Amino acid sequence: MLHLTYLIVLLPLAGFVVQLLVGRRLGEPAAGGVATAFVGASFVVSLIVFAGLLGVHAPVRSFTQHLWSWVPVGGLHVEAAFTVDPLSMTMVLFVTGVSTLIHLYSIGYMHGDRDFPKFFLYLNLFVTSMLILVLGSNLLVTFVGWEGVGACSYFLIAFWFTRESAASAGKKAFIYNRVGDAGFLAAMFLTFDKVGSLDYTTIFARIGSIGSANITAICLLLLVGVAGKSAQLPLFPWLADAMEGPTPVSALIHAATMVTAGVYLLCRINPLLHASSSASLTVAIVGAVTALVGATIACAQRDIKKVLAYSTISQLGYMVLAVGTGAYEAAIFLMVAHAFYKGLLFLGAGSVIHGLHDEQDLKRMGNLRRYMKVTFWTVAVGTVALAAIPPFAGFWAKGDVLDAAWSRYPALWAVGIVAAFFTAYYITRLTSLAFFGDDRWRELVRPAAASTSSTTTTSTSGAAHGTAGNGGTSGDAGHGGEAHAPEPPHEAPWTMQVPLVVLAVCAFFGGVLSLPFVTSPTLLKWIDPVFGSALYNAHQSAALQWGLGITDSVVALIAATVAYRLWSTRSERPALEPVFLFRSWYINELYDLVIGRPGTRLAEFAATVVDTKVIDGAVNGIAGLVRLTGQGVRRLQTGYVRNYALGVVLGVVLLLGFMLTRLWWA
Amino acid sequence: MHTTPFPFLTFLVLAPAVGAAVVALVPARRVPSWFHEALGVLATAVTLAVAVTVAVRFKTGDGGYQMTSNHVWAKSLGIHWSLGIDGISLFLVLMAAVLFPIAILGARAKRNPRAFVSWVLLLEAACLGSFLSLDLVLFFLFFELTLVPTYFIIGGWGYARRGFAAIKFFVYTFAGSAFLLVGIVSVAFIHRSQTGVLTFELPALVHTHLSGTEGVLLFLAFTAAFAVKAPVFPFHTWSPDAYAEAPTTGSILLAGVMAKLGTYGIIRFDLNLFPEASHTLAPILLTLGVIGILYGAVVACAQRDLKRLVAYSSLAHLGFIVLGTFALTTQGLSGGVLQMLNHGLVIAALFLLIGWIAERRGSWKVSHLRGLQLSAPVMAGIFTLVMLASIGVPGLNGFVGEFLVLSGTFIVHRWWAIAALAGVILAALYLLWAYQQVFHGTPDEENRTTRDLGWSERLVIAPLVILIVFLGIYPKPVLDRITPSVDRLVAHVEQVTHTQQPGVATTRYASVATGTSHAAATAPPHGAPPATARTTSSVGGRP
Repeated sequence: MLHLTYLIVLLPLAGFVVQLLVGRRLGEPAAGGVATAFVGASFVVSLIVFAGLLGVHAPVRSFTQHLWSWVPVGGLHVEAAFTVDPLSMTMVLFVTGVSTLIHLYSIGYMHGDRDFPKFFLYLNLFVTSMLILVLGSNLLVTFVGWEGVGACSYFLIAFWFTRESAASAGKKAFIYNRVGDAGFLAAMFLTFDKVGSLDYTTIFARIGSIGSANITAICLLLLVGVAGKSAQLPLFPWLADAMEGPTPVSALIHAATMVTAGVYLLCRINPLLHASSSASLTVAIVGAVTALVGATIACAQRDIKKVLAYSTISQLGYMVLAVGTGAYEAAIFLMVAHAFYKGLLFLGAGSVIHGLHDEQDLKRMGNLRRYMKVTFWTVAVGTVALAAIPPFAGFWAKGDVLDAAWSRYPALWAVGIVAAFFTAYYITRLTSLAFFGDDRWRELVRPAAASTSSTTTTSTSGAAHGTAGNGGTSGDAGHGGEAHAPEPPHEAPWTMQVPLVVLAVCAFFGGVLSLPFVTSPTLLKWIDPVFGSALYNAHQSAALQWGLGITDSVVALIAATVAYRLWSTRSERPALEPVFLFRSWYINELYDLVIGRPGTRLAEFAATVVDTKVIDGAVNGIAGLVRLTGQGVRRLQTGYVRNYALGVVLGVVLLLGFMLTRLWWA
Repeated sequence: MHTTPFPFLTFLVLAPAVGAAVVALVPARRVPSWFHEALGVLATAVTLAVAVTVAVRFKTGDGGYQMTSNHVWAKSLGIHWSLGIDGISLFLVLMAAVLFPIAILGARAKRNPRAFVSWVLLLEAACLGSFLSLDLVLFFLFFELTLVPTYFIIGGWGYARRGFAAIKFFVYTFAGSAFLLVGIVSVAFIHRSQTGVLTFELPALVHTHLSGTEGVLLFLAFTAAFAVKAPVFPFHTWSPDAYAEAPTTGSILLAGVMAKLGTYGIIRFDLNLFPEASHTLAPILLTLGVIGILYGAVVACAQRDLKRLVAYSSLAHLGFIVLGTFALTTQGLSGGVLQMLNHGLVIAALFLLIGWIAERRGSWKVSHLRGLQLSAPVMAGIFTLVMLASIGVPGLNGFVGEFLVLSGTFIVHRWWAIAALAGVILAALYLLWAYQQVFHGTPDEENRTTRDLGWSERLVIAPLVILIVFLGIYPKPVLDRITPSVDRLVAHVEQVTHTQQPGVATTRYASVATGTSHAAATAPPHGAPPATARTTSSVGGRP
């Protein structure tokens, strides 16, 4: 059964090729159906491979499938090979599972879009890349997937390419990721230099010969890559802009799967992290600070998707914190749980946006619980899960992270618990604004409102007023461009509701993956052998665990109550939405000031002054000099014999003089 | 050395040359207008067929010169018609053979196709001759011969400032070549003074003993010519003008094929003849390579003209080739050779696409183009693929070469490789910017009606697309043929300079170790042993 591993990747790839060849002829909805079927089939194959892996009885269940020799040059020998072990298997199952649901959802969401087939083409390519990333048995194959998901993310963010903001957001995502990828590349070079191989097993087997400084360097370079891919400090700003993409993309790529790739990579290299405590600490600090920063920014956003984007950044911070603490199992647990509830929240947000005809501004929603019952209840489940209120998935998952942090880095636990307060606050604020209060969406006549408010909310305007910017050419899922008529919002079609319900069930019960106090091995315990001694064990007493759990719950409940009281009745509280947070700590402005503008000036200077004036100037100068010399010397060529005779005489005199002086001196 | 019964290599050089003569001799009035182009395509197709035959007959594990032909040409001067092919030149020959028919078909001359096709065929003969020559004088003749057709192609069929660009190109490269000629003659005479034999054959001249200063001076003389031709920073300023003003065919051939004459010359002649100097001066060349990578990318960021942007990106990519070459490691040099092939394919595709855009919109200025993806999705899709290959996204050809160059450099000159990494980021910056300006956004009325690629155009670019993808996924056939020749060259340099590249570059102990650890990790009843896993899974390779 294990030998079917290649099919997990091949099936979505085949889906991509089919879309490429006949996608446009398939049209809507067949193209979407075909794409969903291929990813679904991949999920089924994953289950079969999973069963095969369970049948392996070894201390560390692992199977490597060699496909072909990819880069064989001298001592460098990189195989195209996949490795299945509990860690990659968990990722494969959840990636293919969530992807199938989101493909299904997209059939409804993308209904009527001009480029409907192309959307599924990109989605299938994305799933392929993500699976390559997860299954790669060496750093280079992982990197193929790593860059592949980045490229797909670029395509999908810029999917509505006629919109300038979407095009720019796609480019921004690619470039931020590219910065991270440079770190990844450098890490690979250093690994090759010290180990002579990029295979995970070989690297871990030779860990003793790498040297601790080099291990730390490798980990930190990979952390740069992780910061790009998983939107950690300081490379996180792209994720908020990425919300320009269609909502299913935000759910699949920018919440559930791609952005967790960094966390996966750090889990994958756990023996290296284990060997360097300073690298681990750095990872933990980056994670904790990102968790806090992301959560604070989410509190002041007014675009529903941006709240969720910063929330994702913050949650990824928790995962990275868990990895830095050595609590890998908790990181994976949170990753899976987060995929459920954040996927759910995004799809719920998509449903709202869909129902309100592309309205993304929370301040223009309100009281939607009356009109969109399925969406409301499922989003409510997602909200409680994200807020980490027991017994929902988020409570158990985040609880594990914070428990581990308490024992290993108490200061980071404190940061984490503060972030947890903001987490419960912002998500309750979102739900209160969208589903409670007055029917604010009735009050607006679309075009005028868009033009007046775009001046006040410049940074969100691209997304929030997408309809206005569309000009009717692309249209969010094909129903953009019309003026917003204040008719009651409608519930989405079944293809969009089913994934919502499934994810809500998962978000509710996701906690069973790893419950405390259960003596029988829980579902997630089976990945522990992958981490071996690298796994951090806090050995906490039951009383301490109860105490920490109660603390988490109380903090979350207080924050949620405060947010509900504040935001279910009023939609404008400027004091609670400081510009500083709304503009994400001015990080975009900072980058523009420090890198963007000087960089542009440098390029202009290099092109207009250095290249044309200095370098080409020198070339032309030499050419000019030759010409001048030629013109000067040409005057000597008079054609008169007497002039030439004079020259000859002068020459003879000089020559004789020279010889005489030589004689004299001799 | 052994001689094959059929002189494949001689035929490779003569086929396009004869084609050029035939095309030139058929009067234009007697035949339909497409006739000369058809003849040209026929000649290049025959050449391609022979080149493929050569590749098939090429012995993979052999790093030496194969299929050599050697005839005395001018006995008293020691000049030979000496041709040979090895892993370093094989793929350049193949690449040139692929690019020439595409260059003829991809952009057709507006006027006087007879002269145009004739010049292009002559250029092909000269390029192939340069890649195949093992005699320095013969090489120099072919190397110089490339200038004449190029001059006429730019000057005769180019755009507005074609005259200026053609003269600048000609004079600049010609000036470089003067140093080369002096260098060639000097090496031959130093060799004669040592052995009493006057010869210009590379395999013989390799054994010339040069003092440190002689080596350095001769290295500089040779490199002057090659650095201008490539171009290597700071000798590049002719190239943006020439690439931009040349017709599409000219741009493809200049950047795709002729640029490789420079980098190929460095590898073939500098490293073989002056290993000591190459080793001593490597830091300077590495630095020029890195400056080229960074500077080319930065200047490309400021370009508002697609052709000039690609010209500067080419400077950056050639920087990678120089970097890999002077790393003098197996990975670096193999990566450099592979990157020559990759760069040729990618830049040809880029110029082809830009040519088609200009054909439709009458301009390749970024400010005149907008939202082309709306009306020309296929063109946009292909442009995206080529752009990603140029950026170096793995799975496409550009990545493998770039990765090899950088990892091969890192193990010996760490900080140069790290500095070059910035170029990897910058490449994304300017290409994505250009893509956004041209293909994204809402098109105005003029851009809205841009025609998508027709079937004939898709067929013309299809070979490039297929090669770009194939070489990204399965570069092994290419690498297996490049590496033995590169190993020989590296060994030659090491032997002369008494140096040794790091162990990781050569030893294969890594893969052996993984094999055993897999066996240990996989349990007997279910996990297949590695050997069987390899055979079963080969079925599951990508289509």
